[in-house]
Amino acid sequence: MMSDRITFTIDGVEVQADPGQTILQAADAAGVYIPRLCAHKELNPFGACRICTVMVNGRPQAACTTPAANGMIIENETEELTDNRRSIVEMLFVEGNHYCMYCEKSGNCELQAMAYRLSIMVPRHPYQFPDKDIDGSHPDIMIDRNRCILCARCVRASRDLDDKNVFQFVGRGKEKKVWINSEAKLSDTDMDVTDKATDICPVGAIIKKRTGYEIPIGQRAYDHKPIGSDIEEAKATAESN
Amino acid sequence: MSDSLAALVASTCEEFGNDRTRMMDIVRAIQKEEGCVSSETLDLIAGQLGTYRVEVESVVSFYAFLSSRPKGEVVVRICDDIIDEMKGAENVAAAFAEELGVEMGGTTEDGKVTLERTPCIGMCDQAPAAIVNDVPITNLDESKARAIAKILQEGGAPAHLVTTFGHGNNANDLVRSMVTNNIRKRGPVVFSDFSSGSAIDKALAMTPAEVIRDVKTSRLRGRGGAGFPTGMKWDFTRHSTGDKRYVICNADEGEPGTFKDRTILTECPDLMFEGMTIAGYAVGSDAGIVYLRGEYAYLLPFLEDVLSKRREKGLLGTNIGGKEGFAFDIRIQMGAGAYICGEETALISSCEGQRGDPKNRPPFPAQKGYLASPTTVNNVETFCCVARILDQGPGWFAQMGSKGSAGTKLLSVSGDCTSPGVYEVPFGITLGDFLKLAGGENAAAVQVGGPSGQMVGPDDFGKTICYDDLATGGSVMVFGPHRNILEIAAKFMDFFVEESCGYCTPCRAGNVLLQGHLKRILDGRGEMEDLDYMQKTGETVKLTSRCGLGQTSPNPVLSTLKNFRPAYEVLIKEKKEEGFKAAFDIQEALGDSKGLIGRESTIYND
Ligand SMILES: Cc1cc2nc3c(=O)[nH]c(=O)nc-3n(C[C@H](O)[C@H](O)[C@H](O)COP(=O)(O)O)c2cc1C
Ligand code: SF4
Ligand code: SF4
Ligand code: FES
Ligand code: FES
Repeated sequence: MMSDRITFTIDGVEVQADPGQTILQAADAAGVYIPRLCAHKELNPFGACRICTVMVNGRPQAACTTPAANGMIIENETEELTDNRRSIVEMLFVEGNHYCMYCEKSGNCELQAMAYRLSIMVPRHPYQFPDKDIDGSHPDIMIDRNRCILCARCVRASRDLDDKNVFQFVGRGKEKKVWINSEAKLSDTDMDVTDKATDICPVGAIIKKRTGYEIPIGQRAYDHKPIGSDIEEAKATAESN
Repeated sequence: MSDSLAALVASTCEEFGNDRTRMMDIVRAIQKEEGCVSSETLDLIAGQLGTYRVEVESVVSFYAFLSSRPKGEVVVRICDDIIDEMKGAENVAAAFAEELGVEMGGTTEDGKVTLERTPCIGMCDQAPAAIVNDVPITNLDESKARAIAKILQEGGAPAHLVTTFGHGNNANDLVRSMVTNNIRKRGPVVFSDFSSGSAIDKALAMTPAEVIRDVKTSRLRGRGGAGFPTGMKWDFTRHSTGDKRYVICNADEGEPGTFKDRTILTECPDLMFEGMTIAGYAVGSDAGIVYLRGEYAYLLPFLEDVLSKRREKGLLGTNIGGKEGFAFDIRIQMGAGAYICGEETALISSCEGQRGDPKNRPPFPAQKGYLASPTTVNNVETFCCVARILDQGPGWFAQMGSKGSAGTKLLSVSGDCTSPGVYEVPFGITLGDFLKLAGGENAAAVQVGGPSGQMVGPDDFGKTICYDDLATGGSVMVFGPHRNILEIAAKFMDFFVEESCGYCTPCRAGNVLLQGHLKRILDGRGEMEDLDYMQKTGETVKLTSRCGLGQTSPNPVLSTLKNFRPAYEVLIKEKKEEGFKAAFDIQEALGDSKGLIGRESTIYND
C-alpha cells in the first residue's frame, strides 16, 4: 500500500500523491494552494485558464492536468510564476467587461478574489471593451457574457453532472463564446435552476435571478479571507491535531 | 424544401454510418449541397446522430470554411498573407471587390459570389493567389481578377477559370490545376526515382521491431517542425496498450510560407502512402488517415485515385505484399480552414469530428490518440523519408545531412528572391548558401520556420539550417531591404490572433494585446516602455500557453525585438521628434460629443 504512494516536492516541501492524482489534487490534499480558476473539484480537469502553471523539473506545466509523478521537483510560488499569473488574470479582466462595483458576484467571485490574492491593483494591459451579449430569457437564470472567462465549468457540469449538455463553446480565438443548446435563448433549453451548472460559474456570468444581495456585501466568501484559505487552513488544522 | 433537407441530412449521415466522429465529413458534404449548415440543418444533424444541436454548432463555428450562414454559390478566398501582399494582393482584392460590387466578406446581391480573405493557401511561390471554391488560381493581377469576377458573375464554373495546366501531375485529368510545382532542386531522398512497393517488400522481410530499429538507426527526425525522432515515436506507439492503433499523416501544411508538402502530394503521393503503410506494419496498425488541409481539396480526387490503384496492386488492403495477416488501409480526412489543426492533438480532435481544440497532454498521441487509441502522427515528408530509408538502408540516410539532423530537407522559399519554389537540400546548409541557390542573396531579413519561427538578419546568414540551429518545417520567406520589418511582424501577429483556437487565456487574449501594441507603435503612438511590455507579455504567452501555437505565437514580436530592435527604436524616436505626446487628449476624447451637441465644451475650452 505504502509503495503505491508517489512522492514529490512543491517549493521544497515534500508532498504525497495517489497514482492517478494530478499535481493540483495532490497539492490540495497536502494543504498547498496552487492558484486556479477553471479547475473545480467536482469536474474533470480542463486546462484552459493557465493560472495553475507551475514549473515541473524546470518546464512549465498546468498543475490541474498534469499527473503527479515520483521525484517531480515543482516550483509554485516563485516571483516569476506569480507575475505570470498576475498577467493572465489581468488578461481575463481586460478581455471582458468586469465592473465589480455593481456586479452581484462581487465578494463571491473567484476572479476578483484571485486578483486580490495576487495583489493586482490595476491591469498592465489596456482594456479591450468588447461587445458581449446578455441572455435574460430564462425565468430563473441569466447569462452575462461580459463576465465570462471561458473556463468551461458550466459546459462540463451540464454534461457530466447534470447529464444535459446545455452549454458548449462556439467560434474560435477571441470570438469564442459560451453558447447554449438552442437557437438563441437559454429559456429554450432544458436548463433548470437546480442544475449543478447554475452554481458552478466562478464569476458573475451565470447568476440566479431574484437572489441578489441575499448575502450582504461584507459577509461573502472572500470578503475576509483570501481565496485558497480553505485549502491552506485544512493543512493548518491537520497539523495542530 | 424542409423535407428534402431532412432527406439530405439523413442520407449523408447514413453514408457515414450515423457516426458522430465523422462530423467533419458530414457537415462538409451537406454544406457542399446546401451552401451552408443552416440553423435548421444543425437540428436535423443533431437529431440524426443522436447528439446535441450545440455540439454540431460548436464544430461548424470553429472552421473558417464552414458556415451556418448562406454564402454565395462561389466563394473567392484571396490569400492575404504577407507574401501575397508584397506581390500585390491588395490590388487584386480591390479589383475583385469593385468588379463584384461587394465589400470584403460580402456576397453579391444575386447570391452568386462571396469574397473573403484567407491566410496562406500554400501557393506563395506563385502569389498572389486565391482559391475559388476548391480551385486554386495563381499569379493573379488586377486584370485577371476583373476577368475572373466577370466570368463568375455570368455563372461560369470555377473549374472553367483554369485554361492552362501546371507541369507534372497538375495536368493530370483528376487535378487539372494551374498550380506549378516549381521544384527547383531535386535531391536523393524525396525527389528521386522510386518504384512503388519496393520499400514495403523490404520492410515485410523484417520484423516490425527491426523496421523500427532501422528507422532509429537512420536518425530520422520529424519533418513537421518539432523534429522528434521518428523511430522513438513509433516505438512508443507500438508499445502502448490498446486494441487498435492508428497512423496519421499530417498534410495540414498551414504554416505560412510552407508549400513543400503540396509538391509531394502532387508528384510523389505513392512514396508517402508507402511510408504510411510501413508505419502501419511497424506500429501494428491497420488503419491510416491522411489529414488533408481544406485548401488542398483540389488534390482529393487524384489522391483517392492513387489509393485505389494501390489497393488494386495489393499495396493496401489485406495480405499486403503477400504477407499473411498484414492489413492496412488509408482514408483521407478533409480539414476545413484552421491552422491549429496542424498541431497533432488538434488534428486528432478534428479527425474525431470535434472542434479543432488541442488536447491536454499527457497522455500523448502515442499513448492515447485518435479515438483514445495509440496513434503516431507524422508529417508528409517524414513518411517519404521512411520509405526511402527502408529502400536504401538506414546507413545511406544517416550519412547525409549534419550531426544532429540526418538526411535532406525540403525547403519552400518565397518572397524577394528570383527563384521561389521547393528545394531538396542536405541539412546543415548555411542560410547564406541557400539564399544564393534561391536568388535571395540581397535579403535584409529572412523568416525561417514561418511566423512561429524566427526573423533573422544578415548577421545570422552564416547559421545552418538544421534542428539545432535554424529549425524550419520548410518555410523560408525572404524580405528585401525595402520591406518594413515591423509591418511583417504585425501581419504575423494578425495571423495568430485569427488562428488561435481560443481555448487558453494567454494565447486567446495575449496575442491580441501584442498585436495591439505593435499596431500602436506602427501608427506612431508607441513609447519605449511598450517594448518592455511586449517582451514581458510575449514571454508570459510563450511560457503559459497550452499548445505549440501559443508557445510560439509571440515569436514575430520577440525575434524582431531581439534581431531588429533599432527598427522599433527609430520609429518611436521619429514620432517623438514630430511632437507626438502619448498622453490623453481631452479634445479628441470630446470629439464625438461635440459633434452630437453641435458646440464646443464650455468647460474644456482652449
Ligand atoms: C500550431 C501548429 C501547427 C502545426 N502544423 C503542422 C503542419 O501543418 N504539418 C505538420 O506536419 N506538422 C505541424 N505541426 C507539428 C505537429 O504538431 C506534429 O509535431 C507533427 O505533425 C509530427 O510529425 P513529425 O514528427 O513527422 O514532424 C504543427 C504544430 C503546431 C503547434
Ligand atoms: S459562463 Fe461561467 S462557468 Fe461558463 S464558461 Fe463562462 S465563466 Fe465559465
Ligand atoms: S495556445 Fe491555447 S488558445 Fe492557443 S491554440 Fe493552443 S490551446 Fe488554443
Ligand atoms: S486551473 Fe489549471 S488551467 Fe485553469
Ligand atoms: S499562399 Fe499566400 S502566403 Fe502562402
